[in-house]
Amino acid sequence: METLFIAFIKIVIVTLVLLTAVAYSVYAERRVSAFIQDRLGPNRVGPFGLLQPIADVVKLVFKEAIVPRDANKPLHDLAPVISLTVALATFAVIPFGNTIHLFGREIKLIIADVNIGVLYILAFSSISVYGIALAGWSSNNKYSLMGSLRSSAQMVSYELSLGLSVVGVILVTGSLRLDQVVLNQTNYLLGVIPAWNCFVQPIGFITFVVAAFAETNRQPFDLPEAEPELVGGFHTEYSGLKFGLFFLAEYAHMIVASAVITTLYLGGWHLPYIDFLDLAPMLMSIIGILTFATKVILVLLFMIVIRWTIPRFRYDQLMALGWKVMFPMALLNIFITGFLLLIFS
Amino acid sequence: MKDNGTAKRVIRKEDLTFLQKAYVTEIAKGLRLTIGKIFQPKFTHNYPDEPWPFQPSFRGRPVLVEEDGIERCVACGLCSRVCPSLAIEVQASETELEKERYPIRFEINMIRCIFCGFCEEVCPEEAIVMSDEYLVAFYQSRDAVYGKDKLLMSTERLAKRLEFLRENR
Repeated sequence: METLFIAFIKIVIVTLVLLTAVAYSVYAERRVSAFIQDRLGPNRVGPFGLLQPIADVVKLVFKEAIVPRDANKPLHDLAPVISLTVALATFAVIPFGNTIHLFGREIKLIIADVNIGVLYILAFSSISVYGIALAGWSSNNKYSLMGSLRSSAQMVSYELSLGLSVVGVILVTGSLRLDQVVLNQTNYLLGVIPAWNCFVQPIGFITFVVAAFAETNRQPFDLPEAEPELVGGFHTEYSGLKFGLFFLAEYAHMIVASAVITTLYLGGWHLPYIDFLDLAPMLMSIIGILTFATKVILVLLFMIVIRWTIPRFRYDQLMALGWKVMFPMALLNIFITGFLLLIFS
Repeated sequence: MKDNGTAKRVIRKEDLTFLQKAYVTEIAKGLRLTIGKIFQPKFTHNYPDEPWPFQPSFRGRPVLVEEDGIERCVACGLCSRVCPSLAIEVQASETELEKERYPIRFEINMIRCIFCGFCEEVCPEEAIVMSDEYLVAFYQSRDAVYGKDKLLMSTERLAKRLEFLRENR
């Protein structure tokens, strides 16, 4: 009963923080894109435009939700729900801190401490394609359908290199537990460099990040919603709150992808060299959470800046990159990792 | 289709170096540009908060020059004659002052005015000039007729424009 209660509190806090972060990542995207393009961006609502997300949400809530004629209404309603649920559910297995001592008990800062965390993430990131595919299919619109078809093909292609790059991390860690993956990165290489997996697995890191971009449908891989060709892609026929859910899901995916990249490759909640300072455990826990948040925000900003730097890939280029470059590189990474592990252990 | 050598061929640049083909360094170059842009001053003007600084050559709404509390205008009616959109209406009257005539009524219909500046050009007394004000908006068309109360503007306020006119006319 008590464990259930603790889990419930953790879920509520994480969901609220995540949704707020999603709203403000939209704001961050608009501001950063404006700065890159010599503009100022939204700065009217509240100080520095910080209340802009609230205005956006209010606007979306009050818009009319149009369902096209001959659309499959149940599926049309279901698709955005799948997208958002999957994005939020993935966060359940991500450790956002080590442990914290509160009210005389030790609480692990992870919602679901499962022993197959990595598999859970892979499984859920694959489900997210259903939201997009159903949205395209149920809209009864050729542009939507094209978008969702592209999305399915893209997801299948990049899921492979995503999964295969993670295999390298699993080989190094020797466990599918995500907290174990993070703990394994708290060591130091040669005594100085933090043993983050991005240094241990540089090839795997690059393939994973590129695949994660493709999985979240971000530029330069945002073919499912390529505006100049497909109007709005899979969400052409969505409006009002249902469009808002897709929008929310896209940015929630971004945040979750940043969190996964942080956990698997950038040392999770661990701040390098902090364990030499011998701080109080309570302070260490708080620093851990803040470190995790900072890393996620930095990865998120990187994703945003990339979007405004690189143009969109053509569809054949996307497939060629996925199958001819990413897939062999991920395989090569597994091979090298396995070989080195065999020699040194 | 038979290839007789005239079909359009895609020209590919084969002289790309390995680093360029690997794409990663090129991404880094692009990122350097975009991230540098973030910290550069912005081109956009924060408009209603920071009004645009106007050159004296800017033609805003026409106003009557007010010198020592009275208008320079002698109600000759030339501006009214020259106005291409018939926006100006002047009614003259006599005065004890040196100039002997003054406009008892001077009205510019701001809906008709086209900001051409002919009135300013034709005025022999330099009494009607184009100001730097351009926000002329009204809820009702009868508010659009600006009388003397709205048209008078002091010489200090118009100093730049008057100097510009003296230099360029």
